[in-house]
Amino acid sequence: MADPGSIALHLGLLLLVPPLLPGLIAKTKAVASGRQGPPVLQPYRDIWKLLGKGAVYSQTTTWIFRAGPIVTLAAAICAGLLTPLVGPAAPLGFAGDVVLFAYLLALGRFFTMAAALDTGSSFEGMGASREAAFSALAEPTLFLVLAILCIPAGSPSFAAAFTALPWQTWIAAHPPLIAATVALFVVLLAESSRIPVDDPDTHLELTMIHEVMVLDHGGPDFAFLLYGSAIKLFLFASLLVHILVPVPAGLPGLPVFGAGVVAVAIVVGIVESITARLRLVRVPQFLIGASVVAMLGLLILVFRGTL
Amino acid sequence: MHQIALSIPLVAVAILAATAIAAAVLGRNDRASLMVGSLGALVASGLGLVGAVLALATRAEVERAAAWALPLGSIRVGLDSLTAFFLFCIFLIAGLAALYGIGYLRGQQRRLAPAVVGFNLLVAAMVLVVLARDAVFFLLAWEVMSIASYFLVTFESERDSVRRAGTTYLIATHIGVLVLFALFGLLGRGAGSFAFADLARTGSRAGPHLCFILAVIGFGTKAGFWPLHFWLPDAHPAAPSHVSAVMSGVMIKMGIYGLLRVVSFLGPPPAWWGALLVLVGAISGIAGVVHALAQHDLKRLLAYHSVENIGIITLGIGVGLLGRAHGNPAVATLGYAGALLHVLNHGLFKGLLFQGAGSVLHGAGTRHLESLGGLSRRMPTTAATFLVGAVAICGLPPLNGFVSEWLIYLGAFRGGTDLPARAIGAVVVALVALALIGGLAAACFVKAFGVVFLGEARSEGARHAHESGLAMRAAMIAGAIACLAIGLFPAGAINLVAGAAAELGGTAVRPSSGALASISALAGLLLALVGGLALLRMALLRSRPVERGTTWGCGYPHPSPRMQYTAASFADPILAPFAAVLHIRTHAHLPEGMFPTAAHFDKHVGDMAGERVLVPAWRTFLHTALRLKVIQHGRMQLYLVYVLVTLVGLLLWQMGGALGG
Repeated sequence: MADPGSIALHLGLLLLVPPLLPGLIAKTKAVASGRQGPPVLQPYRDIWKLLGKGAVYSQTTTWIFRAGPIVTLAAAICAGLLTPLVGPAAPLGFAGDVVLFAYLLALGRFFTMAAALDTGSSFEGMGASREAAFSALAEPTLFLVLAILCIPAGSPSFAAAFTALPWQTWIAAHPPLIAATVALFVVLLAESSRIPVDDPDTHLELTMIHEVMVLDHGGPDFAFLLYGSAIKLFLFASLLVHILVPVPAGLPGLPVFGAGVVAVAIVVGIVESITARLRLVRVPQFLIGASVVAMLGLLILVFRGTL
Repeated sequence: MHQIALSIPLVAVAILAATAIAAAVLGRNDRASLMVGSLGALVASGLGLVGAVLALATRAEVERAAAWALPLGSIRVGLDSLTAFFLFCIFLIAGLAALYGIGYLRGQQRRLAPAVVGFNLLVAAMVLVVLARDAVFFLLAWEVMSIASYFLVTFESERDSVRRAGTTYLIATHIGVLVLFALFGLLGRGAGSFAFADLARTGSRAGPHLCFILAVIGFGTKAGFWPLHFWLPDAHPAAPSHVSAVMSGVMIKMGIYGLLRVVSFLGPPPAWWGALLVLVGAISGIAGVVHALAQHDLKRLLAYHSVENIGIITLGIGVGLLGRAHGNPAVATLGYAGALLHVLNHGLFKGLLFQGAGSVLHGAGTRHLESLGGLSRRMPTTAATFLVGAVAICGLPPLNGFVSEWLIYLGAFRGGTDLPARAIGAVVVALVALALIGGLAAACFVKAFGVVFLGEARSEGARHAHESGLAMRAAMIAGAIACLAIGLFPAGAINLVAGAAAELGGTAVRPSSGALASISALAGLLLALVGGLALLRMALLRSRPVERGTTWGCGYPHPSPRMQYTAASFADPILAPFAAVLHIRTHAHLPEGMFPTAAHFDKHVGDMAGERVLVPAWRTFLHTALRLKVIQHGRMQLYLVYVLVTLVGLLLWQMGGALGG
């Protein structure tokens, strides 16, 4: 994946498609509840409008508050250069890129949480605390999924993992991959603050997680945050697509990839329509449950040969 | 050339010892004593760094014995890649700490000579520990190291808690030494000499399993393996901050050095050694970070993070041993390389963080998290460098902590592919533990950095805090730059550990230079993107209204600093899943009735190892020992009967032996 054409395609997808996903999810939810809902392209308009606004900064805040959205977006874009989109390889992928992927997203989260604490608001502190708790529990699940993908491939890189996946047989013969899919879907829901972990549409600060951390951000800062979290959702969705279907490199892969990402967004929308948000004390159980599923998948993977 | 490389650290030790004596002689003149001692430490560190780099570059392998003999042993020193790497760590971190100490000690209201003398002796002793090539000389240097650090821990000896911490430390460190005596006694009995070369030749015949267990306990007490870490969260915060930096940054790593050195004597390791160390590492790492989350004292929090990072290092060594045991040098070398590089990285960022904590104490007068807040405006340099240390200790790119954790991950993933199925349990434990530790560490450092430096000041002291002096800031900036440099150019840093890792792991496998170049490229790209986005925002906001307002308080217009989220509240949901195993004490007087009066709530998380393991173990021991009281009556006749019965018993046993034989 070194030719300029595929790099341009990757960059184009990475930078232009992500805001589509929250729009699709909102549309799915609207349709499911019999409303017309906002247009699918509404998030683009939101981001554009925010980029054109001024800003109000709290007197309490310092440069950390201003750095938060910037670092979060920069880290998400860097992670996007490691994630395969069309075709199994990414422009900057290397042996060991899966670890950097996870830690880049963690870096973005670190700065979002620090920016929240910089406001001195107890609501934002509360949101940061919840985000820290839940993301710490989601981290082992993500690494178990990565282990299921990378151990058979022989190298901790997305390119090796997605090239080595046995698509001819997998639904019938690969319970580990089913476990990985389920667990990764839960990680996606948790990392992108979706129901049942967090409700992006709630209007009560006390019940929010991600939204309450960014209460004080406005204008371009908030645009960066919205864009960054859309990219994060997009990256997890594309990982799921790559586990579920083979995506050929280059333009032939584009329809497969596009359909897959849209399907993931619609499934998220359906899940949001048919489930309620968990009580906050139940969320850790949900996340630990996902890691148990992934652990089972890994055990089957390792011991299937020996049984 | 090799002889020169060996002479340089010895000259550095001589400088340190000489300036320690000079500082003691000048003891009545605080300023002169501090200047002589610190200058000596700085010169020795600079010289020693040159020597360590020279040794690493020339791959020096040399040994030299002095003409003097020690009782049972000899003064024997030597260099190899492992020693050279640890020398590099010692001199680098001690040099930065000495620079910081000049500024930090100047503000103290007591005699400075004990701190100055103790510091130089501690550094000299650590250098000799890693140079020693004879068990007796090694233990001698080890003892000097322990005692010098005891006097540093008890520097502020008028405080009761400090004296108690010192006593705990002294007892703990001597329990460790006792086990080391047994270890080297066992090894030396087989070898007939205490020279390391002889121990290495015969080590595999001296009961290697028992020796390994003794080494894990003896060196683990110094390193702070859970539950042998009990002295650490008391002792490290008690010492002056630049000493905490050296103790957490390098002194506890002497335990890691000793473990690696002794394991290399014991011949090919069986698989369970690796599995045991992975387990010890996972428990230390997770227990360390969970306890750190529960702390309200900044330095104590950092001390628990040392337990966590020792856990990460031990995970790496465990992966290395697993690789060795299953004949897979690639896994072994990656594990060892990650562990060794984490020794250096942890030294750098933990030194930096302790120095930051010292600046906070110096500037705001307290290290209690709930009385701090908003310091980033009054102490910008400390805040920025502390942030660098915090991001680095969480293992996040583009800083150094990521590189070493990445190597351990790489070893574990590779182990998952290449090792037999029965070894994979340990590998998976390592992966999951590293991921969980990473997530929890990020939570803990968001809490520590956020509560101390962000938001509004929670006390008068924090409101009037002042930035530290030039020497302290220079040391912290240098530490932060070192963290960034290793993160941006990992290929150079891996050269430091490549020799030692290859020797321990059995091959010169290293991660492909392509992968390291990619990490460099992405780290650079990340910084460039951050800069680019900052410029973009500046351009966007240039012609638009930018206002200042109050923080959104859901419509409430007069928020006060007391309404901010506290460190305890922040940590509470994160600790909730671990509540079953933590030792949490709650004292609550909640509001009652129609007209509630004063209420209070107090929650304290004790040390799980202390409360759940060590205290019950001590009680059981005491209880059993008291049972033996039935044979003690204080009557002479009874004791005579005991003597008689013993004699007759022995006679009968001898006769039985003779008849049987």
